[in-house]
Amino acid sequence: MSLVQIRVRVNGGEHEGDVEPRLLLSDFLRHELGLTGTHVGCEHGVCGACTVLLDGEPVRSCLLFAVQANGRELTTVEGLAEDGDLHPVQLAFRDAHGLQCGFCTPGILMTVVAFLREQPSPSQEQIRDVVSGHLCRCTGYQNILEAVKLAAERGSP
Amino acid sequence: MSERWFGAPVVRNEDPRLLAGQALFVDDVQLPGLLHAAFVRSDLAHGRIRSLDLSAARAHPGVVGVYSAEDLGDLCIAGPVLVPPPPIERLEFHARTPLPLARDRVRHVGEAIAVIVAESRYTAEDAAEAVQLDLEPLDPAVALEAALAPDAPLVHEDLASNLAAHVIQEKGDYRAAREAADRVIRRRFRYDRGVSGALENRGIVAWWDPHDGRLSVWDTTQAPIPVRNALAATFGLSESQVRVIAPFIGGGFGPKIMFYGEEIILPWISLQLGRPVKWIEDRYESFFATTQEREQIHDAELAVAADGTILGVHDEFLHDTGAYDPYGLTVPINSQCTLLGPYRVPSYYSEFRVVFTNKPIVTPVRGAGRQHGVFVIERLLDAAAGELGIDRVEIRRRNYLDPEDFPHDHQILFQDSAPLTYDSGNYAPALERAADLIGYEAFPAEQQKARDDGRHLGLGIVSYVEGTGIGPYEGARVTVEPSGTVSVVTGVGTQGQGHFTVFAQVVADQLGVDPAHVRVVTGDTMEFHWGTGTFASRGAVVAGSACHAAAQAVREKIFRLASHLLEVSEDDLELAHGRVTVKGAPDHGFDLSELAARANPLRGAVRPGTEPGLEATSYFGPDRGSTASGVHALVLEVDPETALAKILRYVVVHDCGVVINPTIVEGQIHGGVALGIGNAFYEQLHFDESGQLSNASFMDYLLPTATEVPPIVAEHIETPSPLNPLGVKGVGEAGAIPVAAAFAQAIEDALAPWGIEVLEIPLSPQRLFDLLERASGESPTEGKPGETEEVTP
Repeated sequence: MSLVQIRVRVNGGEHEGDVEPRLLLSDFLRHELGLTGTHVGCEHGVCGACTVLLDGEPVRSCLLFAVQANGRELTTVEGLAEDGDLHPVQLAFRDAHGLQCGFCTPGILMTVVAFLREQPSPSQEQIRDVVSGHLCRCTGYQNILEAVKLAAERGSP
Repeated sequence: MSERWFGAPVVRNEDPRLLAGQALFVDDVQLPGLLHAAFVRSDLAHGRIRSLDLSAARAHPGVVGVYSAEDLGDLCIAGPVLVPPPPIERLEFHARTPLPLARDRVRHVGEAIAVIVAESRYTAEDAAEAVQLDLEPLDPAVALEAALAPDAPLVHEDLASNLAAHVIQEKGDYRAAREAADRVIRRRFRYDRGVSGALENRGIVAWWDPHDGRLSVWDTTQAPIPVRNALAATFGLSESQVRVIAPFIGGGFGPKIMFYGEEIILPWISLQLGRPVKWIEDRYESFFATTQEREQIHDAELAVAADGTILGVHDEFLHDTGAYDPYGLTVPINSQCTLLGPYRVPSYYSEFRVVFTNKPIVTPVRGAGRQHGVFVIERLLDAAAGELGIDRVEIRRRNYLDPEDFPHDHQILFQDSAPLTYDSGNYAPALERAADLIGYEAFPAEQQKARDDGRHLGLGIVSYVEGTGIGPYEGARVTVEPSGTVSVVTGVGTQGQGHFTVFAQVVADQLGVDPAHVRVVTGDTMEFHWGTGTFASRGAVVAGSACHAAAQAVREKIFRLASHLLEVSEDDLELAHGRVTVKGAPDHGFDLSELAARANPLRGAVRPGTEPGLEATSYFGPDRGSTASGVHALVLEVDPETALAKILRYVVVHDCGVVINPTIVEGQIHGGVALGIGNAFYEQLHFDESGQLSNASFMDYLLPTATEVPPIVAEHIETPSPLNPLGVKGVGEAGAIPVAAAFAQAIEDALAPWGIEVLEIPLSPQRLFDLLERASGESPTEGKPGETEEVTP
């Protein structure tokens, strides 16, 4: 299969790669760039574990090809912490016990970071609605909702 | 006095790595020269392999190896039964375990037939398409009851029928109880199949390094040490040559305790090729290749006195084990034992038949059959309460075992082969508290008011017990390092339960350190190589107690050494904030880091009988499991038009003995309840008559989301277990166990004008709609009895 050259900016760094056109963005991030914090749970866009930010908007990286990200900017969970300090949303998840096995967590964090940028003071129903786009089998969601609320109250950037 | 960490809502030690995307999961393992495997699986539920032509797949560019059962040779044998049945008299059990790759016959959709190894997963899947497989369809045995019919197709042609096991356990004289009863309530209950739904699918990376003479296997297993033992035995290696690592695992929930064919095949491939190889199950595969949860049909009977006192229970049930029974009888025995609940049941006759069908294999999934027992007894009590005009809370209270009844011997055997004996319990306070929290007293008025507004509210309140924390044993090694860091190493694997934190809390209390400074390692056989695994809600109980014992032993070493060095009596020393000091003279003593260095001198004499370092390894094995308990209560609203149920409030009052970390325990409860809600209302595997699964994706199989799971109020009651030094009981499965029973009761309550009776789980909107349609056709009446037989002697 012929390869296509792509260039993406991920977490602030430039990356070039020659990829098969069919290579999923999730596989590109995980296996080509070694950014394994982005997880894959269902491979068809339902569970949300693979969510990353594409030009600031949450997308399901298992539903995109790497070539579709060519020339664009990506943020993954590895890009949230700054200088080793967890992002306020990450801290809120820890403080509210919003994760257990942690597998679905990176995707949820990416959605929530984008959500709180758009909606810094969300209602409980808005929080529930946005989290309902993700599957979590461990937490029963209650503490995830608490974590989002906590992050909003603390005024996450 | 040192700060006490046990019982404190400590934030989790493992979270920073997980939140930053730095935690290692199996699919994150990257090795030089890594190959990738994909499996070719059966499309049919039952078939004979006429021919298998792998030549085109082998010729595919990028393919390194293609293997079938024939290539595996002597390795392609059926494995042992992982959990042999308990020594129950007259027990009949036919062990049939799967081959790593099917040789001439396939018995369920998704059974593995061949494996392709290639330079990339994409290439491996391409080549899998090129495999020429000719399967001759055979009639499948699909439906549970029909599979036992005399003319049913045989899943295993060497057996006379599809009966996999037949077990009777009884106590007392049920026949006499029935004679003496004022009422006999008889019902038929069904519980259908679901998946565990861990967000991380299974995966294995195997690497035979010939230079090192070591086989390393990263595996999404709940039981790394048994896997290590099995691999060493299979490949004729020393156990010290095999390293199994269960790193962070994205949810276990039971099926990852199984030992699967892939766990043999991947290491074997690496041994063949001398290169590391990875296989990650995809979601579609997981719906067939990962074990599932249990389908059962119960014909149950409750003999009661007019005042609601239970005189006896008679239950005969069928349990669908799928195509094989590699996990023995754990699930149906859990159902059999848990049916007795928190109640005094003087006579019990329980008989079950395990049935082979051409469906994926059934092994424990969170709750592991306990929910079936709870569903049956709770539903029978609800029916009895209705028949006898007794309040549903009252009928439970009247039948509870009293605090002075413990230990209570139920006179039958539990899944761990030990007698089913409850260690401790205090049930009535949980019931009263749950009734208060859910607003039981005021509910009739609330319900009436809602009905006046055309809304249908219902309340459910049920009890459960959970046998937890079974043996045989776990171990732990605790070390105070010269850096001052305390290291705790244990053999159990971890799948999100918070082991890195609760074990740290247990140890921190003994050593007077902050749990944030305790580094816990789990699930790596090179770090600790004795143990059995994470199952049966046993991590905190068994491994936690081992951590406690090891920490106590280190504490003793600290005092002994400090006493020697400071020339004071041990009684005059105290240990807190990382220092051992003379009481009343806080400057006179040692930091633990310094003491650790002193305990491992480079020169000089070490006293005879002294071990170097501040380190100890200890083990803990309970005689039997400890019995946790609790009450769930909920209020829901049903829309009779759409047949949708919305939970308005949910209360859990539970007793898992002494609580190590309330935040973590509540998290376990929340997650369990969410899984239970899925089981009760949304999740069902739909097999058609040919054994094909029609909803094998997260698009079609409905896991609850944040909009389906209500806020859950959880409270703890602490009745210590006398069976371990911490007084703890397990809690991992508790949340999931009674949800269906509570849900069913609440639905009936909400729809009382229709007089429907809920006898099946899951009660999907479709099933509820059908029940409503049927009831409407018969004109709604108040308190109309259900359609099942009812015996009134």
